[in-house]
Amino acid sequence: MLSLRLLILVAAASAAPATFADGWDRGPDVAPVTNAPYQQECASCHMAYQPGLLPARSWQRLMGDLADHFGDNAELAPDDQTAITTFLTTHAADRAPEKRARKIAASLRSGDTPLRITDTPYIKSKHRELPARLVTGNPRVKSLAQCNACHTRAEHGSYSESQIDIPGYGRWED
Amino acid sequence: MKRAATLVLISLFTAAAARAATVDERLAEYRSQGAKNFSAQAGERLWNKEFTDARTGDRRSCATCHRANLAETGKHAETGKPIKPMKPAVNPERLSDAKKVEKWFLRNCKWTYGRECTAQEKGDILMFINQ
Repeated sequence: MLSLRLLILVAAASAAPATFADGWDRGPDVAPVTNAPYQQECASCHMAYQPGLLPARSWQRLMGDLADHFGDNAELAPDDQTAITTFLTTHAADRAPEKRARKIAASLRSGDTPLRITDTPYIKSKHRELPARLVTGNPRVKSLAQCNACHTRAEHGSYSESQIDIPGYGRWED
Repeated sequence: MKRAATLVLISLFTAAAARAATVDERLAEYRSQGAKNFSAQAGERLWNKEFTDARTGDRRSCATCHRANLAETGKHAETGKPIKPMKPAVNPERLSDAKKVEKWFLRNCKWTYGRECTAQEKGDILMFINQ
């Protein structure tokens, strides 16, 4: 029992946002993914997009039609479907404290239910100046949906400009 | 060093045992659905047979993402994400979990053929992957 409690404490401490030497708590842009079924079921085909990248209503809609998941079939067993939907909606952009999650949520109008992260106004505006040759015309990127092709820490929920490395091009500065 | 080698051997043996049990149990289930005389050759033909997707017009087969040579690392057709080799001798995790086997048959038969696979097709493909 004692060891279990210790394990929980250690897990909680390691999940807490990093505090830097200057005392400023930068935290992640969106909370990293910690959910095992989500990792297993979704990240076998694509990056495990953090739940803070879309509002709860979008996740609800997306999880409601996995038989046509952007042209692919991604059907799940009912128990996994329920568990993953709960995880995504609980940590969604409109319910998460992290800064970019909040910005994404704030950029949406109340009736908007985008299915693609790249259709949210905040993400669109952040990539507006990127020429197509670096994204769709770049065989090592192909689509804005491939966050981790350029954002080297995307899988950890970190999307800082200083961590961008566009394949065949390098760093990107506004 | 010796202990590490023993542990590796034990885990390989466990994976092989799990795979044998899973494949036997799946084939028995397919037989109960009317399938019989499973054949790795039939599975290989099916693996490489191309279908035209009704919506996009794309030509698709299992090998589109997984490669014809099962020892190779595959690549997701849409996202480009690497897919670990299908061959159990290269990737011992394969075919060791019945739930995963059925999940991927459901998703991938629908994507590739536009319908679910029959029990006969699934048995033949399992024989091909497991050889």
